Amino acid sequence: MSRLFVARNPRVAARSLDGEMMIMSGRDSTLFTLNRTATILWQAADGRTPLDEIVQSRICSEFDVDPAEALQDAETLARELAGHEILQLSEQPIAPSSTPPTAAGDPR
Amino acid sequence: MSDLLQQMTDKALALGVPLSVQLDLTYRCNERCVHCYLDHDDHGEMTTEEIKHLLDEMADAGVFLLTLSGGEIFVRKDFFEILEYARRLMFCVKLKTNAVLIREAEAARIRDLGVESVQISIYSHRPEVHDAITLVPGSLKRSVAAIRLLKSQGLKIIIANVLMTENMQDYSGVRALAAELGVECTLDPTVTPMMDGNRSTLKLGVGSGVLREVFRDSSLVGDADAFCAIPAPPGESELESLPCSAGHTACYVSPYGDVYPCVQFPLPTGNVRTERFEDIWRHSDRMNEVRSIRIKDLTTCTSCTHVSNCTRCPGLAFMEGNMRGPSSQDCEKSFARTGVASANMLARKRATANLVQIQTFSSLATATA
Repeated sequence: MSRLFVARNPRVAARSLDGEMMIMSGRDSTLFTLNRTATILWQAADGRTPLDEIVQSRICSEFDVDPAEALQDAETLARELAGHEILQLSEQPIAPSSTPPTAAGDPR
Repeated sequence: MSDLLQQMTDKALALGVPLSVQLDLTYRCNERCVHCYLDHDDHGEMTTEEIKHLLDEMADAGVFLLTLSGGEIFVRKDFFEILEYARRLMFCVKLKTNAVLIREAEAARIRDLGVESVQISIYSHRPEVHDAITLVPGSLKRSVAAIRLLKSQGLKIIIANVLMTENMQDYSGVRALAAELGVECTLDPTVTPMMDGNRSTLKLGVGSGVLREVFRDSSLVGDADAFCAIPAPPGESELESLPCSAGHTACYVSPYGDVYPCVQFPLPTGNVRTERFEDIWRHSDRMNEVRSIRIKDLTTCTSCTHVSNCTRCPGLAFMEGNMRGPSSQDCEKSFARTGVASANMLARKRATANLVQIQTFSSLATATA
């Protein structure tokens, strides 16, 4: 089975407001807010870590969920966010040059 | 404003987060607009590194919406370095420019850097009028050419038009030009005093007659009768509400690092060269004073018919001498909209009447003597 890699789309704007991530789409300036799980996924989407590892290390460790089910939900979520051009998806690692190098919208 | 952005703004307000900042990168400019409120000399602009440091601090403080303006932002040779840095910090960046220096390469780079929108000043669809305001021959042609280039890159463009005596016949023409270019257009009838308090630019503002005509133009305001209706008296919640977002979720930083509640509110609250941005935002006594004001605290305005839907600008009121007082320009707008004089206008009329009586008395005394 191929692994899925996720990266933050460098064309969006993002900022964390009291733990809730605000994302402005680069395509049409639509504003989104991400729930806690989606925020974890966004923050971990460095283009290098496969989605299954993100789910294992960041989601399963925080929520009491079945790993297989969590991965399926995360994939659905990642594809939805990719549909809004918030995340980039690839079966290969995504080059760091196309990802924001710092911050990811979090206060540092 | 979308419902979600309103929700985020409400949350930022509750948390005391400066969600939106306008940062002027320079006051230098390649145009000399007759109504401009700025002194265009460089009195010691922040360096590239100082601006990057400030952007770091603003990101830490939670700033999300960042407007880069001037002066003319493209006269700074490090402009793209600053813009790139801001985008790496994931600010939602809006640019304000006259666009005269934007060519194909600049348009493409703005697009690549994911700028949210570009606001461009256009005062008329006629070169002889626009160029007479900017005092730069050929400026309309160059600005419009840049709009076409930016638009071809898929960027969101907003034409900003300031209504004044010089161009008051042309706002329909500017809107038609915007429609032809496929871009948005805004019209602002406010000419502001200069930052140093000089009010000579105000003579360029249009009078009540033109304002009335503009406010009755349904293509601009929608339902003109509703827009121009006399407002209902304010309720308790309106009296407890905030005058505007200045100092609450928004502020302004000058090219010299001075932090103000708003670009139109020249009350210095601190300087980022000597203090952290967030410390100024949270702890400046002046910022907190601005923040403490509610509608119920306003002198004169609380008893005014227009209080519940007035466009009163606290910064313009401050420039008139009292941040809790009325802003005469907004009184004029309320009057033009509804035909009802504001409490401030009535008070001034009474004061003038008293002066006339004194003058008559002294004239009489002189004649008798």
